[in-house]
Amino acid sequence: MSDAIIIRSSGFGDRLSDVLWRRPNLLIGLMLAAPVLWLGVVYVGSLVALLVQSFFSIDEFTGLINKQFTLKTYRELFTTPANLDIILRTVLTAACVTIASAMIAFPIAYYAARYARGRWKALFYLGVMLPLWSSYLVKIYAWKLILAKEGILSWLLDKLYLNWLLEAYLSLPLLGGNSLSVSYTGTFIVFVYVWMPFMILPIQAALERVPSSMLDASSDLGAHPAQTFRHVLLPLALPGVVAGSIFTFSLTLGDYIIPQIIGSSRLFIGQAVYAHQGTAGNIPLAAAFTVVPIVIMGFYLWMAKRQGAFDAL
Amino acid sequence: MQVAVKLSGVSRHFEEVRAVDEVDLEIAEGEFFAMLGPSGSGKTTCLRMIAGFDHPSSGEISLFGQSVIGVPPYRRNVNTVFQDYALFPHLDVAANVAYGLMIRGVDKASRMRQAEEALSLVRLSGYGKRKPSQLSGGQRQRVALARALVNKPRILLLDEPLGALDLKLREQMQEELKELQRSLGITFVFVTHDQGEALSMADRIAIFNHGKLVQTGTPTDIYHHPRNLFVADFVGSSNILPASLALKLSGRESPASLRPEAIRIVGEGGHPATVLGESFLGATRRLTVDMDGTRLNILLPNQADAPPVGAEIRIGWDDESLHPLEEG
Repeated sequence: MSDAIIIRSSGFGDRLSDVLWRRPNLLIGLMLAAPVLWLGVVYVGSLVALLVQSFFSIDEFTGLINKQFTLKTYRELFTTPANLDIILRTVLTAACVTIASAMIAFPIAYYAARYARGRWKALFYLGVMLPLWSSYLVKIYAWKLILAKEGILSWLLDKLYLNWLLEAYLSLPLLGGNSLSVSYTGTFIVFVYVWMPFMILPIQAALERVPSSMLDASSDLGAHPAQTFRHVLLPLALPGVVAGSIFTFSLTLGDYIIPQIIGSSRLFIGQAVYAHQGTAGNIPLAAAFTVVPIVIMGFYLWMAKRQGAFDAL
Repeated sequence: MQVAVKLSGVSRHFEEVRAVDEVDLEIAEGEFFAMLGPSGSGKTTCLRMIAGFDHPSSGEISLFGQSVIGVPPYRRNVNTVFQDYALFPHLDVAANVAYGLMIRGVDKASRMRQAEEALSLVRLSGYGKRKPSQLSGGQRQRVALARALVNKPRILLLDEPLGALDLKLREQMQEELKELQRSLGITFVFVTHDQGEALSMADRIAIFNHGKLVQTGTPTDIYHHPRNLFVADFVGSSNILPASLALKLSGRESPASLRPEAIRIVGEGGHPATVLGESFLGATRRLTVDMDGTRLNILLPNQADAPPVGAEIRIGWDDESLHPLEEG
């Protein structure tokens, strides 16, 4: 060991770390270059391309795309009742799925954040994440078997002599149908199931950050548990709920597989996009359909921000 | 005087750990009462049981003569100032202070007026519109105090309220808290691990160790008559004399405590000692001496003629300063 006060750098690796140490921005730049390029060029670039194409139109006779800016495609989108139906159906389903997911996820996330420790917490993460490991298609087909007319659910209800309950539910207008697997209710159940982890995890993370003394303080100041929930827990967990709802809402808005396999055969936005850009070759209309969820999500985030959903961040 | 808080045979066990073990305690109405002890001594658990956040495994707690076993915190007219203040980050200062009133359904104008009054009580008038994150530690502490006091509780619990403040601010807040307690006449129950804070602020102190209540008394009482080794060592600084030395000096065979400031340097008589070290503490000067193989600290008024290291001196004290201690 020498008694030099400064240890000499030797070799390329040493010199490289010295340079990066002196220029921390260079290091950050190197680390971010690839993702920024990808995000900027590939992702934002294609979004812009999409947006631009939605202002093109299709020539109804030749089927060729007319590359002149026009609002014709949007007019078609918003004046054709069938298209409006698709938008309304998708948005309403997404809203219902989001609300139901939040209501089911909150108690689960609350338990995980406040009570689960050690092994139970590991089990919670496993339970939430496990469904994400298996194929989405397998899960959807499994649900089809559960919800089908001769499926597990109706078999079980039959054994319990409760089939009349299912029959009564299926006879309801709109929500019902021939069987659960061809009803809106079926679509809704499968959406809620498939997106649930995306709602539980952000809420759990938000609740994890609420110190227990905050809840003690509320109770100390005279608030019943329900009041503490309303005035302290929910506002503090709101960023998590909003984050989760962004996932469930936007995933439902864009999905085209679940409604195709489970539900009445009426189209959702995703399916419409798929149909228009594929078989019909109507890229402008497909692009215009795609813009709808983007605008809705932008509006939703703007409202959430205005309502103070992110103040507790 | 009425008994505000009474704990009889209160224990709190967390599985195998006896966090609080058979504590009996009475706190009078209007008293400034400190619960003092090292961390893990059970003092905070006791406070949490009085507030209702935690519940005794056995024993009885009553507030103003009424049992509060099974009574949730929101039904107790008791308020707490939390160690981390626990201000609600999504509400501004005024809404934080008015929270208890809002819960009780007081109308907005009236609760905002009361909140402003409470804020002026803690000298934070005009801070209502700020968010807690925009305040300094000392200001947050005052907001927490105002938020508790605005509800006019009969008992105010304070959990290490000054722990996070720096020394100057802490001394200032000690004065203010005492002043506030005197003017409001509310019972204050104060948890601290800082013996200086407990001595200077409290009317009475309860000392906790390993979940047990070791001694209760006035600050003077506890300082001059510590019951056992733990108290003598924990409260103030003390010279602990082993039983053999105490036997030689006083004829009683039990360890004894001798406060450093009770020892004097005497010209003749007394006991011989050798100076081992000396340090300057500002207002006082501390001498470390060896007497019969026992190290003693001596606190002298800061005079110029302190004996040099290595000097042979004679030291003495009044007989009653040598205080016998129980083991434990």
